[in-house]
Amino acid sequence: MSQESAMAEGGFWRDTGRTGIGAWIFSTDHKRIGLMYLYCVLGFFLVGAFLGLLIRLELMAPGPTIMTAQTYNAMFTVHGVVMIFLFIIPGIPASFGNLVLPIQLGARDVAFPRVNLFSWWLYAIGAVIVLTSLFTGGGAPDTGWTFYVPFSARTTTNVSLAVFGVFVLGFSSILTGINFITTIHRMRAPGMTWTRIPLFTWSLYATAWVQVLATPIIAITLLLVVTERILGLGLFDPTRGGDPVMYQHMFWIYSHPAVYIMILPGMGVISDIIPVFSRKPIFGYKMIAFSSLAIAAAGSAVWGHHMYTSGMSDLGVLVFSFLTFIVAIPSAIKVFNWVSTMYKGSISLEAPMLFALSFILLFSIGGLSGLILGAAATDIHVHDTHFVVGHFHYVMFGGTGFAFFAAAHYWLPKYFGRRYQEKPAIIGWVLMFIGFNILYFTMQVLGMEGMPRRYYDYLPEFARLNFVATVGSWIMLAGVAIVVWNLWRGLFKGEPFIGNPWGGASLEWSIATPPPTENFEEDPVVSHGPYDFKGAGVP
Amino acid sequence: MSHLEKDSFGAKLGMWLFLFTEMLLFGGVFILYSVYLTRYPKEFGLGGHQLDLVYGATNTVVLLTSSLFAAMSVTAIKSGAKKLTLGLLSGTVGCAFIFLGIKYLEWSAKFHHGIYPNSPKLIAGPPGESIFFGLYYLTTGLHGIHVIVGAVLMTWTAVMVQKERLNANDNVTLENVTLYWHLVDLVWIFIFPLYYLIL
Ligand code: HEM
Ligand SMILES: [Cu+2]
Repeated sequence: MSQESAMAEGGFWRDTGRTGIGAWIFSTDHKRIGLMYLYCVLGFFLVGAFLGLLIRLELMAPGPTIMTAQTYNAMFTVHGVVMIFLFIIPGIPASFGNLVLPIQLGARDVAFPRVNLFSWWLYAIGAVIVLTSLFTGGGAPDTGWTFYVPFSARTTTNVSLAVFGVFVLGFSSILTGINFITTIHRMRAPGMTWTRIPLFTWSLYATAWVQVLATPIIAITLLLVVTERILGLGLFDPTRGGDPVMYQHMFWIYSHPAVYIMILPGMGVISDIIPVFSRKPIFGYKMIAFSSLAIAAAGSAVWGHHMYTSGMSDLGVLVFSFLTFIVAIPSAIKVFNWVSTMYKGSISLEAPMLFALSFILLFSIGGLSGLILGAAATDIHVHDTHFVVGHFHYVMFGGTGFAFFAAAHYWLPKYFGRRYQEKPAIIGWVLMFIGFNILYFTMQVLGMEGMPRRYYDYLPEFARLNFVATVGSWIMLAGVAIVVWNLWRGLFKGEPFIGNPWGGASLEWSIATPPPTENFEEDPVVSHGPYDFKGAGVP
Repeated sequence: MSHLEKDSFGAKLGMWLFLFTEMLLFGGVFILYSVYLTRYPKEFGLGGHQLDLVYGATNTVVLLTSSLFAAMSVTAIKSGAKKLTLGLLSGTVGCAFIFLGIKYLEWSAKFHHGIYPNSPKLIAGPPGESIFFGLYYLTTGLHGIHVIVGAVLMTWTAVMVQKERLNANDNVTLENVTLYWHLVDLVWIFIFPLYYLIL
């Protein structure tokens, strides 16, 4: 097949069988499922970002600006719910994981293709339920994405439906995790030993375990909120003998590990991109792979750091504080290994690499501010202030969000057979990076000075910095708009992307572009590691 | 297409992982149980005495029997005995119905005494008691839903066996459904002593 004809119309894009939308929403091909996730996830990101913009507009000046206090409460709740459950948790694993993981292993599909399709449907249905909850019942939920009792049990807004939607989404996440674990154990090509698995897939392996082991806890916790509201069991109601702090424990037993569902895949993306754009094998492959598992394991025991101020015992605070600091070790190992990989490499600063580099910086800032929150003494000062909001945006958006865009620039041309333009990509990246820091660094300063989180109004002292942060949000979103537009245009209309332009050595770069429906014309036999560029014959 | 060959080991691995998540789901309820038990030992004791040991014990026997049938159905299908397999599967589903029937009798007796979620009697009573019954309804209700799901799956497998889509050579689906049924049984083995016996 000539390279030209392999473009966009070729490969798995060419449909055999169903046509139209049915060829997508009933397809069990992991690549189509991956792309469907990608479109949904990206769409929700844009919706969430728009809500974030509105929140920032409201906070631009003291007093009422563009919305009422109740709308504001709904706004940050919906922003949080959309970003967390619809964008960042499924973000990289479900979209890029589905696109890339089987190919990196040398498999023709995931272990359970039909379950895979089913979990996309669950995702779509869960998303529709969540969206329905915004416009029906007593109005959009206003509890914050954490659904803390007793407020979530009492408020008249549409919490039950939203929570049920999140329950369905959790199911989808569990099934994806089971699918990936089984695929990695059972479907590796001959010669694909555990130490030849690309680090992106390794990170998805660790993530999948967290998805499987942590998600059921939030499922039951959310069911409890619903029963609390509908049946009035009173399990978290102090007047009936229940304990609201128990809710917080159960919520964070999931939601802290969920943070690793959000960040580990991002780290995996970076581990794959850095060596390719540095033209050097990754430094400390085993340490990076192992530290993913270590983060997943240690990260499951630190949920209590969200509750230092809830009236836990002093011993509890001490233990959780100690454990929290331990998680920093494997994270730091990764950062050092990425930096060492670049040392004396011949670095090419193309878009994927720029996003990867900014990931390292922003994630480090987020991680270090996390230590301030992990130490009980300082956390008591900044708990529930804008410092926290700044911190988790550095980790989640500066980390995973930037990794998501790095992955998009790195892998998507492979699946579309066309590429984006370099210049707008870089301009968009610069704006995103600058705006991001203006927005979230300012938030951290505000928090240090005592501006609380989730407040509609604030003291005049905070006016100037809030204004600065809002301007930052405009710059950042301008960058996001350019990046998304450029990707979209490029992937459908851009120049052909042929062969292996980045010079990657993992299996996805050894097959046709776009990949054929069954990935491999003949089953591959793996004879070299994913970062062994010489072994792969990459010059 | 070589990759469409069934990997029955993989299928079972996936099922085990899924069962693990189910255990964790119930694990959440058991965490609440243990925390509130230490907080309200006396009320839990009094609550436990109000549960009917005969109903509970009968249901335990019924479920254990059903699990036995389910396990035997796997052996049966492997030796190609289609009739026997179908008989054993209907035995399992029959037990599921008996279980749910007894549960119904038990719950309605409690309702009759004014013990149900949010009932005036529980609200007026000591806090620990309402927590106990809240957990009781939650756990047994969640378990009951799993019994229903299991029975539906069993019925569906029986249809597949009838159509010989599941047979002596290809039976991993039946094995997986049976595994699920054992889980339902296993969870009950925890619920029974925790609520009916030790208190
Ligand atoms: C990866 C992307 C993002 C994620 C995962 C994310 C996540 C979150 C979460 C979980 C909250 C907490 C909501 C709550 O307190 O209940 C939040 C708050 C907030 N987000 Fe984002 N967000 C993202 C992007 C953005 C963007 C693009 C903007 C602005 C343009 C933004 C602006 C805000 C603001 C201002 C708040 C504070 C609301 C308040 O506490 O009053 N976020 N975000
Ligand atoms: Cu945490």
